[in-house]
Amino acid sequence: MLTLTVNGQAKQVDVDKDTPLLWVIREHLQMTGTKFGCGAGLCGACTVHLDGVAVRSCQTAAADAVGKKVTTIEGLAPAGQPHPLQVAWAAEQVPQCGYCQSGQIMQAASLLSKNNDPTKAEIVAHMDGNLCRCMTYGRIQRAIVRAAADMRAKSGS
Amino acid sequence: MTHIERSALRRRSFIVGASATGLAFGYVAANGIKDALAASSFGPTSWYSIAPDGTVTVMVGKAEMGQHVSSAMCQIVAEELEADWNKMKIALPENDPKYNDPVLGALITGGSWSVRMNFETMSRAGAAGRITLIEAGAGLLGVPAAECRASNSQVIHSKSGRKVSYAKIVADGKASKVWTADELKAIKLKTPDQYRLVGQSVPQLDIPSKIDGTAKFGIDASVPGMLYGKPVMPPVRYGAKVTKVDDSAAKKVKGFVQAVTLDDKTATTSGWVVVVATTYEGAKKAADALNVTYDKGPYATVSDQTLIDEARKLQADAGAGQLFVSQGDPAQAIGAAAKTFEAEYLTSINIHAPLEPMNALAYEQGGVWHIHTGNQFATRTGGIAAGALGVDPKNVVLHQYFMGGGFGRRLDADMVVPAVLASKAVGKPVKLIYAREDDMAMDFTRPLTVQKVKAGVDADGRLVGLQHDVVCAWPTARWGIPGFLTPSVDKKGPLDSFTVNGADFWYSVPNHKVRAILNELAQHATPSGQLRSVAPGWTFWAVEGMIDELAHAAGKDPVDYRLAMLDGAGANAGGAKKLANALRTAAGRAGWGSATLPKNSGIGIACVSSQERATATWTACAANVEVNPANGEFTVKKLTLAMDLGTVVNPDGVKAQIEGSALWGMSLALFEKAPLKDGALQVSNFGDYTPLRMSEMPDLDISIIANNDPPSGCGEPGVTVVAPAIANAIFNACGARVRSLPITAASVREALKAKG
Repeated sequence: MLTLTVNGQAKQVDVDKDTPLLWVIREHLQMTGTKFGCGAGLCGACTVHLDGVAVRSCQTAAADAVGKKVTTIEGLAPAGQPHPLQVAWAAEQVPQCGYCQSGQIMQAASLLSKNNDPTKAEIVAHMDGNLCRCMTYGRIQRAIVRAAADMRAKSGS
Repeated sequence: MTHIERSALRRRSFIVGASATGLAFGYVAANGIKDALAASSFGPTSWYSIAPDGTVTVMVGKAEMGQHVSSAMCQIVAEELEADWNKMKIALPENDPKYNDPVLGALITGGSWSVRMNFETMSRAGAAGRITLIEAGAGLLGVPAAECRASNSQVIHSKSGRKVSYAKIVADGKASKVWTADELKAIKLKTPDQYRLVGQSVPQLDIPSKIDGTAKFGIDASVPGMLYGKPVMPPVRYGAKVTKVDDSAAKKVKGFVQAVTLDDKTATTSGWVVVVATTYEGAKKAADALNVTYDKGPYATVSDQTLIDEARKLQADAGAGQLFVSQGDPAQAIGAAAKTFEAEYLTSINIHAPLEPMNALAYEQGGVWHIHTGNQFATRTGGIAAGALGVDPKNVVLHQYFMGGGFGRRLDADMVVPAVLASKAVGKPVKLIYAREDDMAMDFTRPLTVQKVKAGVDADGRLVGLQHDVVCAWPTARWGIPGFLTPSVDKKGPLDSFTVNGADFWYSVPNHKVRAILNELAQHATPSGQLRSVAPGWTFWAVEGMIDELAHAAGKDPVDYRLAMLDGAGANAGGAKKLANALRTAAGRAGWGSATLPKNSGIGIACVSSQERATATWTACAANVEVNPANGEFTVKKLTLAMDLGTVVNPDGVKAQIEGSALWGMSLALFEKAPLKDGALQVSNFGDYTPLRMSEMPDLDISIIANNDPPSGCGEPGVTVVAPAIANAIFNACGARVRSLPITAASVREALKAKG
């Protein structure tokens, strides 16, 4: 039995220590916003935050998440107060099939938490590990730029 | 265009009436009216319904895989219904024939057909609803219906300005009407100048749930007490048999339940085992620990080269194959031509690799099998599940979900077979999920294609004769549905037109033959499927390459050369001129002939009438490419596309589809290849099958030509036009002519060497 802190809540899960965090989140906890794409850290669909840092949950053992704060797309922002990235994702009409987008947003959120004025090159470097099979990359870039501007405006910087 | 069954709309009536949850609106077969009216609720027959709070829920029989077709269908209904866009909602129906496509007669989504084939039906459904609501609303207001109009989900009395909302009319419960087929047909639909929603980029209804993680895909389905299944795949794509299963190590894995060897009576799969366990991680561990022995079957030595050799042998046989196009006498014309050309064009095997791996949750309940999965062809997939189980198809219910990418992969039914057979074996619900490696190894691929093109030109370089042979596996023939095949021109039996569509182009060429040849070996060794854009993804690779070669050989401008053949003569009236306009638009915007390009850079152009001649969307592309002649490396700097698709329901949605499809075209042209060796696809994950990523994206310039003609599709044509445009640009940049996809630095180097 492991105790994980997911989106601020303590969760007891009966899993082996080496169980990928992805399956703990998706199947044991039934929080299905985080997606399974490759199981090998090659696509980014399973991206969540561990203590605010984007990680591939398919490559993270459940035991390694113990004692850390796990944040999933469901916990990125308080209910009814979408994250600036989510607002920008709607404004730019980013998703097509939508399957990779939770991972894209979580990956982008970890960039903007450290750097609210990224250059295009910084965005590409940070996002290049996240595959979008529908190839919505142009819109993802625009949405990140838009969200960053929104965050700067709000923080007055 | 082929139809499985024409369930003619003209024989259907339309009913509006109270149901358990509000007001229901639906088409029913003429003999179904009585039953429908007798039923206390005919909600299940509804195409859309309005709840007492005014929410309009549209049952979308089309698969939602990111093309926003579900939202487009709502937009079409809402236009004529005069509904408030904020009150529209999508629902995805089960595999019930009443939601069949009105033209195709099945629940199938593909071919960029959906908006084209459903626009009128959905428009009439919306209009009939509006008129019925106006009549009921007028009654509530105590005024003549003729003095009322509808707007924004309200019925308004024009003179007095008094209003009653749709919600109130529904709550009143008195709206009711049966529309005969003739009355429906007599409804005067809006003209384009009256549209207020169609043509607007209203927010897509499926997007909000895809931003906060609440969208439900097939892989997200669950039922209490379900077990998990992980397939163990054989070492060849098809034809293997399981000879022995040793589960001694697997049994030691926590939660292991059973290893189920599939006896698949539908032959969709061969040599598959499913490991069932109480958790997915357990199923995966046990699958890794399972020791399976195989008879690899008859295709264990087949490779790409075997398929190419076989194709060349077939192509050389004048008696092989069937004719798709036969006009004039190209052999005679080429024989008498001033100059002749001959070239072979190749395309590799490609896989779909949608980001959501194949999956299905299956269980039996009260004699009915329930399958939860996202599928593009529910009609056939339900039938395959029934066939695998040996039950009546009417006892199989497919529960539809959003799809984490379709691209044609989910037209297939393989994922339901292991799910239902494993569930049957263990007697419990089983959620089966392919690992990415399973998904890639067992893809129903875009087939390897070998195309031979022979051309003859007159003294002025004009094309007078063209012979085009297309040899490949026939993906649609594999379905076993005769209605999807096309009679051959030479009456040698039906052919799979989904291997040659596009070769029947809109250029005026007096002598033209297109021969479709089935590569039987490929058909068995590598079961193929419909990969986004299907045949036009390879036929235009050959056609637009050869036309470019001819233009250069004649010393003519490739745009002018094409325009001269797009003269709209005879059967090419109408369409050819639209294609010419799309070509002029793309070429003009890209600076064709006017831009000053750096050394070793070139612009290449191509134009296509993808998907089918009867469903063409007029598309052109100009690719701007820079080549390093020292090593053959090249960069696609910009793609400029122009597309004429008649009526545009949602311009931003269309733009999104063109963006995605153009990048798909580039990804297939440059980055994607699934080699076949020893009967197996040599791809395992996104480390060796490498679709385009953000850092590889070129600039895009997209022009949409909207001219109020009937709508056509936009999800696929962009895929088809990019590869030839890039190859033609490489030629213009450095003189290297590449004829094989994908194009690599090595193939450019080789072509440079061949040029000398």
